[in-house]
Amino acid sequence: FPGLADVSISQDIPVEGEITVPVGSHSPDEDYSTLDEPVKDTIMRDLKAVGKKFVHVMYPRKSSALLRDWDLWGPLVLCVSLALMLQGGSADSKDDGGPQFAEVFVLIWFGAVVITLNSKLLGGTISFFQSLCVLGYCVMPLTVAMLVCRLVLLAGAGTVSFVIRLLVVGAMFGWSTLASTAFLADSQPPNRKALVVYPIFLFYFVISWMILTFTPQ
Amino acid sequence: QGGGSAVIDMENMDDTSGSSFEDMGEMHQRMKEEEEEEAEGEAGAGEEEDGEFLGMKGLRGQLGRQVADQMWQVGKRQASRAFSLYANIDILRPYFDVEPVQVRARLLESMIPVKMINFPQKIAGELYGPLMLVFTLVAILLHGMKTSDTIIREGTLMGTAIGTCFGYWLGVSSFMYFLAYLCNAQITMVQMLSLLGYGLFGHCVTLFVTYNIHFHSLFYIFWLVVGGLSTLRMVAVLVSRTVGHTQRLILCGTLAALHMLFLLYLHFAYHKVVEGILDTLEGPNMPPFQRVARDVPVVSNAVLNTTAKAIALTL
Repeated sequence: FPGLADVSISQDIPVEGEITVPVGSHSPDEDYSTLDEPVKDTIMRDLKAVGKKFVHVMYPRKSSALLRDWDLWGPLVLCVSLALMLQGGSADSKDDGGPQFAEVFVLIWFGAVVITLNSKLLGGTISFFQSLCVLGYCVMPLTVAMLVCRLVLLAGAGTVSFVIRLLVVGAMFGWSTLASTAFLADSQPPNRKALVVYPIFLFYFVISWMILTFTPQ
Repeated sequence: QGGGSAVIDMENMDDTSGSSFEDMGEMHQRMKEEEEEEAEGEAGAGEEEDGEFLGMKGLRGQLGRQVADQMWQVGKRQASRAFSLYANIDILRPYFDVEPVQVRARLLESMIPVKMINFPQKIAGELYGPLMLVFTLVAILLHGMKTSDTIIREGTLMGTAIGTCFGYWLGVSSFMYFLAYLCNAQITMVQMLSLLGYGLFGHCVTLFVTYNIHFHSLFYIFWLVVGGLSTLRMVAVLVSRTVGHTQRLILCGTLAALHMLFLLYLHFAYHKVVEGILDTLEGPNMPPFQRVARDVPVVSNAVLNTTAKAIALTL
């Protein structure tokens, strides 16, 4: 299989998913077996899958584990926590100066949908939910940046803190864009990678901008 | 009464079928499940039930059931075909068929007015470039609003930016397409969207520069030069596709006016304003959708007083 020669998966991070196509007669059996197991097992299995994907985002490599078993739990958790942290960041408490929860939520999901549609229209081979999954998980560095910014702002809001925040947010923005590009650009025809990368760059840029200009009340 | 379920039991001929369409779907599903169970050889009890079931309904019921079953299948197939036809994004795929070099070339071309207006100029009907330019404009607008601390009441920053940019692109394109239809110009809707979208490149460049370097004279120079160049390009292309002096004048006058005024609006509405202008433009009667710039304390005090009086009157 010549196509599989490129995919290098490290030995210590196991790859998830099934290689065999499940035959119809097997499915009632499987449903039976996962229905019988204790709830703790189901939850732990899902949590482990989400955790593995986080690790894959932290160390972006050419692996297809993120794509094969997509799930949207991680993006939901990240999106909600980012929106909660960004809420009400305006200097005046009586005005709607800062982004509200709904705004951030809608921005992230709407932006991800637009980027996915764009990459599909440009001839990509990735499916809708796989792309949503990748874009959502790659918001993680920016959530970390938001945490760091909040902590830095607790110490004070001067020029030094702005420079620190700028550096942190800039680095995380670069990381997010690189991580998502590593997963998504491979599914495009080779001469159109720039067309797909630009909207991703814009998307993470807007989120980084909202994080950088956040001032607590 | 048990045994092979596929055998039609001729013993009971009473027609108690009553096969309605909804029941058909259920029956179809049940029959599918029963087939699967048979394949595994697990369902002894299932087969018995199946045999009894068919035996009770009889021959005429069986035929009616088969007809209804077929109708169900056909209906399902038609619905899925219609869904895959209309919800298919492949309709838009030809408009996104571009290469990066082409996009770059078109961006630069949008600033160069053509000289030949005697035969129709080619407009590429492409939507990737214009869409990306509109999103870039939204991002630049957000940046401008944040740095000038614009406060938007009864609205949100993001919503305003997206609404303004998309509203301009889609609304003005539709309006110009309608005018072009009236003036007999040779242009399609996608071409109009594309032309106007690429014209926003000049806006993006101007706003990006002037939101960061706050000289009003610099803005006016950019407005005239960059805005003027992109307007001239759009106007020249439209003129080449229209016949008749009056029609050309109407189309090009409208487009030029809307394009230049939009740039002016974007700069002044979402950016730090010079103190005198806000006073003269808005005065003491503030419209309900208020934009209050932070560096004009006189006006905001007047607003607070008026609102306080209005509330006191209503209470």
